[in-house]
Amino acid sequence: MKILHIIDNAYRATIEEQDDTVLWFTQVLRGADADITLLLRGSAVNYLVLRQDASGLAFGAWRQAQPPRVAASVVHLLSSRTPIHAVAEDLADRGVRAADCVAGIATLPRARLGEFIEGFDRVWQW
Amino acid sequence: MNPKSALTFLIMDPPFENSRTTTAFRLIQSALGQGHDVKVFAYEGAVSLAFARQAAHPNAVHGRDAQQESHPLAREWIAFLQAEAAARGAKLDWVNCGLCVDERGVGETVPEVRRGSPLDFWKMVNESANTLVIPTR
Repeated sequence: MKILHIIDNAYRATIEEQDDTVLWFTQVLRGADADITLLLRGSAVNYLVLRQDASGLAFGAWRQAQPPRVAASVVHLLSSRTPIHAVAEDLADRGVRAADCVAGIATLPRARLGEFIEGFDRVWQW
Repeated sequence: MNPKSALTFLIMDPPFENSRTTTAFRLIQSALGQGHDVKVFAYEGAVSLAFARQAAHPNAVHGRDAQQESHPLAREWIAFLQAEAAARGAKLDWVNCGLCVDERGVGETVPEVRRGSPLDFWKMVNESANTLVIPTR
């Protein structure tokens, strides 16, 4: 069963959860050999940017020791052979260049989304 | 689709926040009503839907005490749907993400709600004719 996870809602509680909950969920399912492809669109394309840093949060004497590292999560998924695609126009709209991004992802023009989605048995929009 | 085939729902919203919760419950009821077994995986805030200590409250603005107000509680909706499923000879399997339960402290649930992980969701998917993910926004 070929599954497409679409993420377009980025940084949803990532500080509290210390990761993106859908990337985390995907990693667990990949551990069970689920055939999952990831499509990042909208603000979620920023998950590909290597030089993001969410560390430093502090409230009074409390310091967050383990901040979310979403780009590292993307790299981890790629290393577990999870195909990752991003919508080209969403990257361009945000000024995100290929050089800013994790290596190994594929870009997809918005006009080809319908054709791309046709290739999957289940499409889950997160 | 075989009327006895199972359907899986993944839901993420906490109770009392938006209309997706009511819509999800209506979809679940409709599926049960058409003879499907239903499997629900509650992820993140949705684990609070089954929290046993939800309490109805009076509403002074409405001029009603707690009994008159009859405030909707998601835990009761789950229990009523479980009863409806049993009456129809169908199954409603409700699994809460265990880590999500722990971080929210809502481990005390209505009966027959199980604790699980995304692997339980994956099992549900493979046992179902189709799966609907209803994420939070």
